[in-house]
Amino acid sequence: METNLLIQLGYVVAAGLFVFGLKMLGSPDTARKGNGISAVGMLLAIVAALLDQGIVQYEFILGGMIVGGAIGAVAARSVAMTSMPELVALFNGVGGAASGLVGVSALSIATGNFQYVTIILSILIGGVTFTGSLIAYGKLSEMIGSGAITFAGQKFVNGLIVLGILYSAAMFVTTPSDPTWLYAVVGLSLLFGVMVVIPIGGADMPVVISLLNSYSGLAACAAGFAVDNNVLIVAGSLVGASGIILTQIMCKAMNRSLSNVLFSGFASVSTTVTEVEGEIKPISVEDAYYVLEAATNVAIIPGYGMAVAQAQHVVKELMELLEANGCEVNYGIHPVAGRMPGHMNVLLAEADVPYDQLLEMDEINPRMESVDVAIVIGANDVVNPAAREVESSPIYGMPVINVSDARTVFVLKRSMASGFAGIENPLFYKDNARMLFGDAKESIGGLVREFS
Amino acid sequence: MEVSYLLFILMLAVFLGFELINKVPSTLHTPLMSGANAISGITVVGAIALAGSGEQDLAQWLGAGAVALASINVVGGYLVTDRMLGFFKKKEG
Repeated sequence: METNLLIQLGYVVAAGLFVFGLKMLGSPDTARKGNGISAVGMLLAIVAALLDQGIVQYEFILGGMIVGGAIGAVAARSVAMTSMPELVALFNGVGGAASGLVGVSALSIATGNFQYVTIILSILIGGVTFTGSLIAYGKLSEMIGSGAITFAGQKFVNGLIVLGILYSAAMFVTTPSDPTWLYAVVGLSLLFGVMVVIPIGGADMPVVISLLNSYSGLAACAAGFAVDNNVLIVAGSLVGASGIILTQIMCKAMNRSLSNVLFSGFASVSTTVTEVEGEIKPISVEDAYYVLEAATNVAIIPGYGMAVAQAQHVVKELMELLEANGCEVNYGIHPVAGRMPGHMNVLLAEADVPYDQLLEMDEINPRMESVDVAIVIGANDVVNPAAREVESSPIYGMPVINVSDARTVFVLKRSMASGFAGIENPLFYKDNARMLFGDAKESIGGLVREFS
Repeated sequence: MEVSYLLFILMLAVFLGFELINKVPSTLHTPLMSGANAISGITVVGAIALAGSGEQDLAQWLGAGAVALASINVVGGYLVTDRMLGFFKKKEG
């Protein structure tokens, strides 16, 4: 009895440390410490779990920990910051799979209907998180096409899967001795995870990753109910709630509802051809340099293209040269720039850009009129003025960074192909816009050479 | 444990989660997400009990698999979050 009390106390303290850790993760000054505190909480919870007298064999536990821990450590050390979205997607996936497995193996200790229901929930959420994350990973790493995959009757098929899951779940709860229904739930959940993510395009990945993050927490929470463990419920629901908030923030930043993001792949995108007036005005690196040399206030707006071109370090070099030239440099970061929330911030932080120069959209927009040159690097939809001006545009109403308010806009772009959303961008035709064609890294490298 | 009691905990924890995350600046969204993801590896605690139960062969193997997967999540999640946060610096001076 006494050890049991000790274990429970350990869980309580661990949950408290998670709460403190998450709170400290909310401010850049304390974030690193907060992550450490949360890790201490995890260690404590694991030690407490190992004290459990119900444990008679340690081989399986240790083996699992060593294998998993080694894989995790290697992945965390070796991943490039540009690939963070893929890694987080994979981690979400393994977390979901782990909770699903806990659900399945909790079957051997399950006693009542309530536990059967929670076992089903943890398998369902865990399974969807697992395969959904794998698909998200495939899309992010371009192993499968990153566009939306749709086919006729998709809604119908998904409806059938949902009905199948509900029916199998009900049959399992009423006749738990028959494993067939359990296998059906497992298989259908895995299939459902694939089906819900394939119709979502690459540009909507920030929403999907946040949502899967939330699911991985909810799966742990459901597993907590299945094995009757408080700390799983508390920690899992903390993560679930935080993922839902991030999802909301991402949706708001795109002015779309969650259901629109999740299901819009089904609706055929109406391609309204908008007449854009004006012409494209290219600029050479040399001319761009003369404009930048005279500038006193520059704003840099990065997008996913900066990550693809790995241009963040050379951008930082340009920033230093501009600052040495007496120019104020800020970054304008759109909430959904990149492939996961805060993607651009991590890349620029890695390149040693101080975080107080990374301004959020609401901070940079009022300043845009006093900006001499706005440099758009590999961003498209998040700076598209059609979101403000063209009511028929699919992204109309989405808050964007108003780069066209700046005196001059440089747009670094590979070619004239339209952005991920496939929407024509009137920005490129504006009088004050100049196109700097070519690989972003090379173009900025060229500017850096002109300066030095 | 009683079901109502567990649900009570669930409700409070969800509220707490909403309150904690609501005001996080967007600069920290990626580390927050991977840090939260590491916490969701808490499922390792449930897996440990099952992997060590010595009850059924299959349950034990499944439990061991769950321990391994959750350990990837825990170790990898905390390490990569720490690595990322190490990059975040204020402007000096």
